[in-house]
Amino acid sequence: MSHLDAARFQMAYSLAFHMIFAALGVGMPALLATAEFLHLRTGDDEYMRLAKTWARATAVLFAIGAVSGTGIALELGLLWPEFMHFAGSTIGPAFALEGYAFFTEAIFLGLYLYGRDRMPPLAHSLTSLAVAVSGATSSVLVTAANAWMQNPVGLETLRANPEQMNPWIIFANSHWWVMALHSTIACYAATGFAAAGIYAWGMLRGRTDTLRRKALAITMAMGLLAALTMPLTGDASAKVVARNQPEKLAAMEALFVTRERAPLLLGGIPNEATGEVCCAIELPGFLSFLAFGSFNAEVMGLDQVPREEWPNIPLVHTSFQLMVGAGMAMIAAGLYYLWVRWRHPEQVSADRRLLWTLVIASPLGYIALETGWIVAEAGRQHWTVWKAMTTAEAVTPAGGMGASMLGFTALYAVLGVILVLLLNRLSHEAPEGK
Amino acid sequence: MAPWLGLDPVVAAAAVMLLGLLAYAVLGGADFGGGIWDLLARGPRQREQQMAIARAMGPVWEANHVWLVFVVVILFNVFPTAYRALGIAFFGLFHLVLVGIVLRGAAFAFRAAAPADSRYWLLWSRVFGGASAVTPFLLGLAAAAISGGGIRLFPDGTVQVDPSLTWFSPVSLLMGLLTVAMCAYLAGVFLTVETSGPLQEDFRLRALWAGALLALLALALLPLLPAAMPQLWQRFARPTSAPLLVAGAGLAVLSAAAVYTRRYLAARVAAVGQVLVLLGGWAAGQWPYIIYPDVTFHAAAATGPSIRFLLNTLPFGLLVLLPSLWLLFRVFKAEVR
Repeated sequence: MSHLDAARFQMAYSLAFHMIFAALGVGMPALLATAEFLHLRTGDDEYMRLAKTWARATAVLFAIGAVSGTGIALELGLLWPEFMHFAGSTIGPAFALEGYAFFTEAIFLGLYLYGRDRMPPLAHSLTSLAVAVSGATSSVLVTAANAWMQNPVGLETLRANPEQMNPWIIFANSHWWVMALHSTIACYAATGFAAAGIYAWGMLRGRTDTLRRKALAITMAMGLLAALTMPLTGDASAKVVARNQPEKLAAMEALFVTRERAPLLLGGIPNEATGEVCCAIELPGFLSFLAFGSFNAEVMGLDQVPREEWPNIPLVHTSFQLMVGAGMAMIAAGLYYLWVRWRHPEQVSADRRLLWTLVIASPLGYIALETGWIVAEAGRQHWTVWKAMTTAEAVTPAGGMGASMLGFTALYAVLGVILVLLLNRLSHEAPEGK
Repeated sequence: MAPWLGLDPVVAAAAVMLLGLLAYAVLGGADFGGGIWDLLARGPRQREQQMAIARAMGPVWEANHVWLVFVVVILFNVFPTAYRALGIAFFGLFHLVLVGIVLRGAAFAFRAAAPADSRYWLLWSRVFGGASAVTPFLLGLAAAAISGGGIRLFPDGTVQVDPSLTWFSPVSLLMGLLTVAMCAYLAGVFLTVETSGPLQEDFRLRALWAGALLALLALALLPLLPAAMPQLWQRFARPTSAPLLVAGAGLAVLSAAAVYTRRYLAARVAAVGQVLVLLGGWAAGQWPYIIYPDVTFHAAAATGPSIRFLLNTLPFGLLVLLPSLWLLFRVFKAEVR
C-alpha cells in the first residue's frame, strides 16, 4: 500500500468509525427528548424508564463519538497538512461554529445523564431537548466544510486575493444545505431503524412488555419519518451533483458515454476497462430526468473525464446502488410496519413476519449512511478540494504512515468489538430503572 | 492588518487561543490527574478513591476535553501555516496523543458500564489510568518541542525535526513529567473539595506529594533552561518578568500551604492560579514565536478574514457557552462537603 493509500485508508476508516457514533449523537438525543416529552405529557413512568435505559447506552456511545471526533479534528492536520494549510482558514468557520454547538451538546449531555437527581424534573427534561437541538445543529454546520470540498465556492478569490474572502461564503454554497439536510436526516433514520430492530429482536425472543412496545413505536416513528423524506433531499442532492460535479454523477451511474436520454441503472457491475456495465436494468431517460428534469437532457459521461482523474467507478456505482436500495427498503419496511399497526395495533409485537422484517431492516440505515458517504467522498477522488487540490497534493510528507494506519485500524477494530459486546449486555439488562 | 476593537487581531486571536489552552490545562488537566490517581489508588479506601474520581469526572470530562478541539480549531482557522508545520512535525507524537485520548475516554465509559469489581472493570481501570498518565506527558513534550528550537520550517516549506532537541532532550522529558505532576496536583486538590472524612485526607496527602514532585521538577528544570531555551530564559531574567515569577512562586506556596492546613477551597483557587501563571508565563515567554525559531504568530496568521470571523463570532459563541458551562459546574461542583 502506498503512502497516499495508507493515509486515505486511515482517514476513511476513522471517519467510517466516527460516523456511526456521530449519527447516534444526533439520533439518540432525539429519542431521549421524545421519551422525556411523553413522560411529561402523559405522566406514564414507563417513558422515564425508557429514557433511563437509552441514556445508559448514550453515555457510552457519545463518549466514543466524542473521542473519535477529536481524532478527526487532529487527523485532518496530521494526515492532510497541505490541505489544511490551503483551506484551513476557509473551512475553519464551519468548524468554529460547529465547535460551539458540539461544546453545548457535550455540556448538556453531562447535565442530562448525571443531573436527574440534582435538577428540577422539568429543567432536567429540557436539557435533553438542548442536547438534541445542539447535536443536530452541530451536524448541519460541520457539513459545510465537506460541502466546500465538493463545491469550493470563492476559490478564485481565495487564490488571487485571500484578503477579500467572505468568511460566510461556505454557507452560501448550494451544495451545503442539500448535503446538510440529507446527511443529518439520515442520522435519525439510521438511529431509529437500528434501535427498532433491537426491540423487534427482543419481541421475537418473547420480550413483549408494554415498555418495549412503546420503544418500538417511538423508534419506528422517528426512523420512518426520516426515511420518508430521504428521497426528497436525495433528489435535491443528485441535482446539485449533476450541476457541480457531473464527473461524480457519471461515476455514480457508471455512465461511460455522454448521451441524451441517459438511462438510470438498477444494479449492474461496471467494467472500467471495457466501459460497459454488465447485468443492469436500464430505465431509459430516467437519469436525464432525475438530473435535469427532462427525459431528453444530455448527461455528461466518463468519456469527458481524463482516465487518470476517474474515481473508483465500481466502488462509487455499487455504493450508490446500495444507498438507494437500502433507503427504499427502509421505506418499504416502515410502511409495512405502519400498515400492520393501523390494521391490528395489538398484533404488532406478535407478528413474526413483521418483526423479522424490522430485524433485517435494522442495519439498513447505517448501510445507507456509510455507502452514501462513500459516494460523496470516493466520488470526489482524485480531488481533495474539487478541481483545486488533489489528494496526492494534500497528503503529509511525514514518514510512518503505515504504522499509524495499522495502529488506528487495530485500535478502532478493538473498540468496535468491545462496544458491541457491551451494548449486547446492556440491552439484556434492560429495562432499567427499577 | 486593520485593528480589531483597537487591538492587533493576531494578538487578540492568540490571546483567545491561550485562554482555550488555559481552560484545557485546568479542566482537562484535572481529568488526566483524576485518571492518574485512579491508577495509583492504594490502601484500604482504594475503591472509594476510584469511585470518588469517577463521580467527580463523569458529568464534566467530555465538555472539559472539547477545549482541546477549541484550541485546534483556532489554530487551523487563524494560523494555518503553524498548523501545517505542527501537523507534519508532530505526526508521530500526536498520533500517540490521540491513542491516549481515545483509549482513556473509551475505557472510562466502558468501565462505567461494567459491573463494579468485575474483571472488565479492573481492566478498564488500568487502561483509563495508564492512558491518563501517558497523554499529559506527551502534551508536555509537545509544548517543550515548540519552544526548544528543534522544529524547523524552511522557506521552501520543508519541516525538519531534530529529535535531540525535541522528544529526547532532558528539558522536554522534564517538561513532560512536570505536566503529569501538574495534572496530578490539580486533581488531588480538586478532589479534596469534593470528598470528606478519611477520603479527603487521602487526597490531601496525594496533593501534597504531587505538589512536592511538581516543585522538585520545576527546580530541576530551572538550571537547564538558559542553555536549552535561551529565548524563554532571557525573557524571564528581565526585571519586568519579576512580578510574574513572584506570583507563580507565591501561588505555589500558597496552594500547598492551604492544602496542608486543610483550607481546600482556597487551595483550589490558588492551584488554578498557579497553573494559569505557569502556563501563561510559558506562553508569554514564547511570544512572538508560535514555533521557535522559524514561525511567528504574525507570519503564521491567515491573510484572509478568518481571524476577524473568529473574533466577531466569539461573543455569540460565548453567549451560549458560558451560561451552559456555568450551569454544568453549578449543578455538579457547587456542592461542598
